[in-house]
Amino acid sequence: MYYREEEPQGLVQRLGRFARERVARRLSAHLEDRDPDYLREALPLLWLLSTFYFRGEVRDLGNIPADRPALLVGNHSGGNVIVDTFVFSLAFSTYFGVERPFHQLAHNLAIAWPFAGELLRKSGTMSASHEHAEKALEAGAPVLVYPGGDWETHRPSWRGNEIDFAGRKGFIKLALDAGVPIVPVVSIGGQETALFLSQGGGLARALRLDKLLRLKVLPISIALPWGLNVGDFAGHIPLPSKITIEVLPPIDVEREFGPDPDPDEVYAYVTARMQDALDGLAAERRLPVIG
Amino acid sequence: MRINESTSVAAPPDTVWNYLADPENYLRFMSGITHWEVVGDHANGLGARYRILVRVGAAEVGGLVEMVEWSEPFDIAWHSVTGVDHRGRFRIREQRPGRTRIEYRFAYGVVGGGPAGLLTELAAAYPVRRQMRRTLRELKRQVEHEQRRLEAERRRGRVTTA
Repeated sequence: MYYREEEPQGLVQRLGRFARERVARRLSAHLEDRDPDYLREALPLLWLLSTFYFRGEVRDLGNIPADRPALLVGNHSGGNVIVDTFVFSLAFSTYFGVERPFHQLAHNLAIAWPFAGELLRKSGTMSASHEHAEKALEAGAPVLVYPGGDWETHRPSWRGNEIDFAGRKGFIKLALDAGVPIVPVVSIGGQETALFLSQGGGLARALRLDKLLRLKVLPISIALPWGLNVGDFAGHIPLPSKITIEVLPPIDVEREFGPDPDPDEVYAYVTARMQDALDGLAAERRLPVIG
Repeated sequence: MRINESTSVAAPPDTVWNYLADPENYLRFMSGITHWEVVGDHANGLGARYRILVRVGAAEVGGLVEMVEWSEPFDIAWHSVTGVDHRGRFRIREQRPGRTRIEYRFAYGVVGGGPAGLLTELAAAYPVRRQMRRTLRELKRQVEHEQRRLEAERRRGRVTTA
């Protein structure tokens, strides 16, 4: 006797299954989704925005190993409109060439968007997971991660010059498992693209967004063109804040901390070095937004 | 977009050529250059490859280039292999004995960038032209300095021989 799994017959069920399959496809890691030609064609617009609107400046890209993978660890800023990532992607692509594979990890929600998600995947972005990052590193590509994620990117503007990874140490295990160095990438200016008021962590928990959508925050900001902006789901028009990014020398965790390092110690060391660099960048800044 | 700039230097074509043919000199006179590295076995000549980066606006632009013309002492030309599509040329012509005109030609294109690509070509023209002018000013200074050094060496040689 044969049993056959019953397939949903109704239109609603079929649509539901289709949507689930599409989202699952988008959230899985396909390194080959990255499209160098798309990137090459996107560079002019990125260059115009980075040069004239954000007056971007990326320093010391030579600290990224040219011939082997590395885990690039950045501080996340700018709410859902992460302009510093765009400035950095442009700089990376022009410095090493679009031919060099480069992947970034982003929140599931960003990747699952129908149009924007497609563009993100073409630019090498994958949904954030340890497995996806490991897969890209194994393939020899540098991977950019933001351990602070949605928590850090929505921190209030008056805490814009603070590194806040919320104690997330997964990146250390990732670097050790893959045997790659950690390259800190420190940026300033992103938190001045709007007036970020609160991360809204309590509100997100009250609405169960952490369980339903992996969202730890429901941020509140004052941003163009909305005025009061709750959630920042549709993004915002960023203010033309000057974005400065500094790439720090690589940290070989195993060499500096031994074969079985204490994650707390490594975390403290990496965040302290990034905070020092961020303090330096903050000291150079004379005025908010203008830089 | 194609940009031409030129200068006149008080030195014969051979001095200009010898200076331009040495890849180590490019870091000294090219404005905005942040990286110049010989890639492969040939340091110069036809087919020599270099990895070059020049700061233009918010990005260090460049990539791998290959020498496609090496006509001593008249023309040095290169094309991009990877990175931003571009080609460049130094054209060296004698104006009169002891004086040489150097023309620096640079052409770049943003294929497939649509309106943003066209706008970028126009917007980049000003900083690129400014850097080319600075490059030629520095090249003139360096070559004329080299010419004075060579003349002094010759004079010293004559005195010693006498």
